[in-house]
Order: sequence, then structure tokens, then C-alpha cells
Amino acid sequence: MGKNLDDKMNDNVKFDGNNLTPKDYSLTGTSAACAVTTGLTAAEWYHSDVPRKTMKALMKRRDGPAIRDTIIWITLHLIFALGGIYFWGTWIALMCWLAYGVIAGSVCDSRWHECGHGTAFRTRWMNDVVYHFASFQIMRNPVNWRWSHVRHHTHTIIVGRDPEIGWMHPVSLMAKALSFVGIIDSYQSLKILAKNASGFLSSDEIDYIPKSQYPKVIFWARVHMAIYAITAAVAFGMLIAGMGWQSVIPFLLIGGPRVYGCWHFVMTGLLQHGGLAEDVIDHRLNSRTVYMNAISRWLYWNMNYHVEHHMFPMVPYHSMLRLHEVIKDDLPRPNRSIWEAYLEVYKAVMRQKNEPGYFLEKELPQSAQPYKENLHQAIPSNDVNVNM
Amino acid sequence: MAWHDVCSTKKIDEEDVIRWDIGERTFAVYHGIDGNFYCTDGLCTHEQVHLCDGLVMDFEIECPKHNGLFDYRTGRALRAPVCEHLGIYQTKVEEGRVLIFIE
Repeated sequence: MGKNLDDKMNDNVKFDGNNLTPKDYSLTGTSAACAVTTGLTAAEWYHSDVPRKTMKALMKRRDGPAIRDTIIWITLHLIFALGGIYFWGTWIALMCWLAYGVIAGSVCDSRWHECGHGTAFRTRWMNDVVYHFASFQIMRNPVNWRWSHVRHHTHTIIVGRDPEIGWMHPVSLMAKALSFVGIIDSYQSLKILAKNASGFLSSDEIDYIPKSQYPKVIFWARVHMAIYAITAAVAFGMLIAGMGWQSVIPFLLIGGPRVYGCWHFVMTGLLQHGGLAEDVIDHRLNSRTVYMNAISRWLYWNMNYHVEHHMFPMVPYHSMLRLHEVIKDDLPRPNRSIWEAYLEVYKAVMRQKNEPGYFLEKELPQSAQPYKENLHQAIPSNDVNVNM
Repeated sequence: MAWHDVCSTKKIDEEDVIRWDIGERTFAVYHGIDGNFYCTDGLCTHEQVHLCDGLVMDFEIECPKHNGLFDYRTGRALRAPVCEHLGIYQTKVEEGRVLIFIE
């Protein structure tokens, strides 16, 4: 989620008139070394107790639900794209393109995610095909992001180790607001793909991608860039042929949805860890579960059960509700709606802006095991430096 | 070098795995869908996670943390993020007990 964008924006953030030095979120800086020396990277994470037989049943793989959802997904692509083209120039076309944007530019995030974990389908090649298709739609190098997400699960929100921290301190709310329209993020993603295609990897990418994977990084970046080049060529050809505004259709179909249709995945994604703790080893402290409406849950493939997902990442999306029922008495109360969750995040983030080091610690039910806090309490503060 | 008694054959469900420790070493012992028993190193070669919490599907064990996949008959790493193979160990069944041979 927008690391490069955040880096750019955070450089200019001011803190109540005081000078403020951003934390080092790079994977090769002082925070990374600190995470290792303090034992955070080697620590065992907290897990709720689930009987083995129950967990086996929850982890069980099936092809059926994901085949059904993928057929619906592809069908919606076709319906809205054809509608957008057929009704071109009318309000119906506008509605079709807005819907197509979400189907292509937001749903791809959850499909990328679940298929990356290999849990969506039982059949491996099906996971791989949808993974590559979704990676392209969301402008992510499929190799880089497979490895970055592995790291995200190993060292969730550990500063200097997790390459996918969405809320970097000091937080820029302007950057967050802009991410709902993915212009800057898309530009950053294309820049990374272009660099990869040219044979360059950043120091962070080198940190989490094994050397043996570099040829694949370059190959897939080139494939993605080639498709964008063909898209641009077709659009240019249509313009030359005198098709006027219709020559933007190739971009509305390919690439554009990451800009005009990404809002839903950004909306759900920002709730995953916003306002919660960094540098802890209990997912109940750094992840959030939010009850959502049925449409958002379908678009998001049930990743609103995010504490559950991080605690047991091998449970497929179609079993997340059952997993939630099994362990909910050991978790903080979920937010009851997206709206309620955003209010909570907003309050916490505003407090974090004035109180570096603060994080929201949700109350646990009496039936829950206490938070696993002994390690992170012993760790020296790695908070934002403020020259008072 | 010796054969070690692990457990009763009834203790491991078919298509499942248990953890078995001896000294400071940890192993994963499997009951395959062919009715045979198999043994590998107990920790994933990627991030040292215990495989006994993973999912056994056919002749494959999936790491519970990152979806790394091994063939537990050969120890072969089948899918990223695992790149290194697992060590495998000889097994036999005697009088309803699973035994493994450890050097």
C-alpha cells in the first residue's frame, strides 16, 4: 500500500510547528537493525487456540467457491465494458465505466492477495493464472509482491522489516486521501515496473527477494510494460483514425481502472492496520476486523476479518466467517461498520500526530487471553524524534 | 544411529501430520493417503515454522505461515517461498507402532 507515495509525502509533513524526523521505514536502515537486535524478528507470534481437527477443516481447500466468484468477476468485466462501449456518450456509459473501474481496479487486490497465498483455489494453476491477471490489473510486479507479502506476514508492521506498512509515521492524511484516486500510486507503480524491466531493483526489493528470482522479476516487468505499450499504441491508432474521445477506451479498459476504480480496495485496505500498534508480536494489537456489507465482503473476499487472516493465513477466504466464529471470543470486538472503523482510525491517527508512539489498544473480552506484550514493552522506543 | 518409537499408528489420522521431538531436534511425522508413514524435518526451510500446524493434501505439506509446499515423501520444495528441500527420514511400522530412523 503506497510506500513510495508515503515516503514522498512524509518528507514535507510538519508537526505542530516542531521539526520532525520521519521514522526509518526502509528495510536496510537503522530500524531494520533494531528489529533484529531486539529480538522482534525472531519472536513467536500469539495465536488463539484452535483444535487441530477444527483448523484442518478450516484450512481445507476447494475450487468451487473461487471458480464461481471468478466466473462472476469475468462476466461483470464483460458486461460493464461492453455496456460502456455500446452506450458511449450517454450517462449509462458513465455508470458502466464506474462499475467496470471497481471490478477491474479494486477487486483485483483481493484476488491478487488470496491467490498469492494459494488459498483461493485448491488447484494450483488456477491460483497462479488469477494471481498473474490480478497482479497486472493492480500494477504490481507479481514476483516482487509475492515476496513482499511473505515478509509482511512474517514481520507484520515491524518497522524496518515489513515492506507493506500502509500507515507510516508521521502520517500524511493528504496522501491517504489522494490514494483513493490512484494517480500518484499508479505513477509510482509504473515507475517501479519500468525500473524492473530495465534490470534494476531497489535496495528494499533486494532485501526481500531472493537472488534466484531476479530474472523472473525482470521478465514479468517487461511483460507488463509491453501490454501497456500495446494499449497506448492502440489508443494512439484510434486517435489517428479520427475516433476522437473513443480513443481513450483502451485506457479505460487497461491501466485506467487502477486510477478511477481503486477507491474500494483503498477504502478497505486502509482499515487493516490504521491507528494500531507497530513492533508487536500479537496480531490483535496491529490488525483490525471490521464487519462489512455483503457486497464489500464479496469484492474484498472476506479480508475484513483481518486479525483472523493474519493469525491463520492459510485459511481460505470462504472459511473466514467460520474462523471468526471459532476465535472471536479471544479477539477485540470487531468494528460494526466501515464508517465506525474509519472514525476509530481517524481519532487514533490524529492522536498519533500529536503523541508519537501512541497506538490504539482495543479492549479484550474477559474470555480472551491477555495481549502478548512482554517483548515489545522491553524494546527501546523507536518512535518519531521530535525536537521540542 | 537408532530406530526410535514415535507413536501408535492410530495417533495420526490419514492425510495428517504430528510433531515429534527428540533432544533439541524436531520432526514432522505424516500418515499418507497410501497408508504409509513418512518423516521429515519438523521446521519449514524458509522461516523455521513448525510444519505440524500445516495442511496435508495428498502427498504434500503446506507450511502454515507462508504457503510454502513440500512433497513429504521426498522432502522436495515445490513452491515459493520455500527454495531448500526438507531432510527426510526412514520409517517403519512394527506391532502398531511408528518408528523412525535417526542418525
